[in-house]
Amino acid sequence: MSPKTPMIEIENVSKFFGSVIALSKVSMAVHAGEVMCLLGDNGSGKSTLIKTLSGVHQPDEGTVKFEGRDVLFDSPRDALDMGIATVFQDLAMVPLMSITRNFFMGREPIKGSGPLQRFDMTMANATAKSEMKKIGIDVRDPSQAVGTLSGGERQCVAIARAVYFGAKVLILDEPTSALGVSQASMVLKYIAQARARNLAVIFITHNVHHAFPVGDRFTILNRGQSYGTFSKNDVSREDVLGMMAGGKELQELEKELEEFSRTDAVNAVNA
Amino acid sequence: MSEAVTMGAEETKMVDDGKASTDERIRKEARLKSLFARPELGAISGTILVFVFFIIVASDTGMFSAKGVINWMEVSAQLGIIAIGACLLMIAGEFDLSIGSMIGFAGMVIAIPTTHWGWPIWVSILMAFAFAMLVGYINGLIVIKTGLPSFIVTLAFLYILRGLTIGLSRLLTNRTLVGGVKKTAAGDWLAPVFGGEIGKPIFVWLASMEIIDTLPNGEPAVTGIPMVIVWWLILAFLASWLLLKTRFGNWIFASGGDALAARNVGVPVNRVKILLFMGTAACATIFAACQVIDFGSADSQRGLLKEFEAIIAAVIGGALLTGGYGSVIGACFGALIFGVVQMGIFYTGVNTDWFRVFLGIMLLIAVIFNNYIRKIVTGGR
Repeated sequence: MSPKTPMIEIENVSKFFGSVIALSKVSMAVHAGEVMCLLGDNGSGKSTLIKTLSGVHQPDEGTVKFEGRDVLFDSPRDALDMGIATVFQDLAMVPLMSITRNFFMGREPIKGSGPLQRFDMTMANATAKSEMKKIGIDVRDPSQAVGTLSGGERQCVAIARAVYFGAKVLILDEPTSALGVSQASMVLKYIAQARARNLAVIFITHNVHHAFPVGDRFTILNRGQSYGTFSKNDVSREDVLGMMAGGKELQELEKELEEFSRTDAVNAVNA
Repeated sequence: MSEAVTMGAEETKMVDDGKASTDERIRKEARLKSLFARPELGAISGTILVFVFFIIVASDTGMFSAKGVINWMEVSAQLGIIAIGACLLMIAGEFDLSIGSMIGFAGMVIAIPTTHWGWPIWVSILMAFAFAMLVGYINGLIVIKTGLPSFIVTLAFLYILRGLTIGLSRLLTNRTLVGGVKKTAAGDWLAPVFGGEIGKPIFVWLASMEIIDTLPNGEPAVTGIPMVIVWWLILAFLASWLLLKTRFGNWIFASGGDALAARNVGVPVNRVKILLFMGTAACATIFAACQVIDFGSADSQRGLLKEFEAIIAAVIGGALLTGGYGSVIGACFGALIFGVVQMGIFYTGVNTDWFRVFLGIMLLIAVIFNNYIRKIVTGGR
């Protein structure tokens, strides 16, 4: 794999649900150490696209390439085994289970052999605690239920878990949409950390303000079609927002855009 | 029973809320909460209350003599065995309402071949286990494949199995009560594993030391620990170990806590659930085997309503009806409360009709208490 080969690449992927065209010839490539923001309004096909990448759906047309090779995932587990970890918005954690049990869910470390084989809880607790510490969350008791954590902390546990288990591609499905400002920034900070560890991050959101601070490139979907991929240098917030909305409700949008240019101008002056 | 506990928990919560002003203290609260959120808490405190009550009102009735203890232990053990199976399944997010009918069915599968067709009883016991686990497998498979609530699927099997038991035993033997198992069980190698007693020398010794009562003929009042109690204790240990200490145990919690989240990280949810359906059926068969060999007969009406008692014991033990939370130890204490109260009512001479009133009330308190605990555990979010 040459350095320029994308970690994950899709070419002309289409997905149909009966007569509905959910995705139409969408292409996208994400490299290691890059945060790709997948932007789009509701119904733009974001969810379908990431479900295709994570093995929940299979594409009806087009190809998915992982490290340059054609791949077809039968299940999320398939994708996971290759190193494509998806953190779904609400489904990442079981609130009634402890942090440790969640962290190692499905991949429990074991000790002993034969009938005495058991879940290595000591090691698991210690690992969960230290991995959480790395992302700046001090969990005194990793056996406390995940339900006691805040929404942002839960997302961070899910991301930390994916990173710990050697994910090469991290797909985050609207990790910040249900969060308050400070919690969202906690998650954004951790996304930047994941990039620093040379992961390929696909960050799905419909919030441009969350996408801009961490994104390197932006792919914008609208009604199942891609408007293309743009580097951060080439587009402004306004362009992105305009493409996401797809020319709808333009009057309302223009007001919003004016507000942005005003605040940006103020910021520029202050800087 | 749980009233006092609930009040205690509320007090603690209020105290915590009062000082929850900095981050440091929020952590503290979480730790205190986790103490209170032990699933067994309600059942253990309930057990203590029940014991205190009966020690006060029934200490002179023989309820706490060696014979009395074995009596209520036996009742608790029978229920405990199926409660353990039901509990694990409930934690995995499913119900099995066919447990009671499975007891009757398995009993007949053991009794008919050995008494009417001359099979060695160990063959029919093994066959009963094979049949039961097949039914458990089918139960699980239907639940998984159709996505229907297990409540409905296993309700169907409650009727199917009971009907089959009555129908087949009439067809094959012309009666619904098959006796004579004592005779075929005599000398068998497997029968004593279910219907025997262990520890006789200890009890003889205890009697000779006059620690336990002696019958007029010189035999000790209790000649050993019935195997059903032994099974209960072994199963309780194994199931608890499985749940808390193994990888499979984590999968049980995950399957019931959030099946989709579990699947997304690769937990084989379907396999876990099907295996646990087979497990409850196997537990029902252990119950049946102990009972048939102990009584020497099988009755097609055996095990009636036992599925609900098992679920009640699991719920008293802290298991949530919605899955993902519970404790084998708790379920065992739930079963113990059951046995003690049932036999205590018998010993104190209270009309046994009141037992069900007590049960219903206790179930209600336990469910309300558990619901409250869940809110604490999930931080009210």
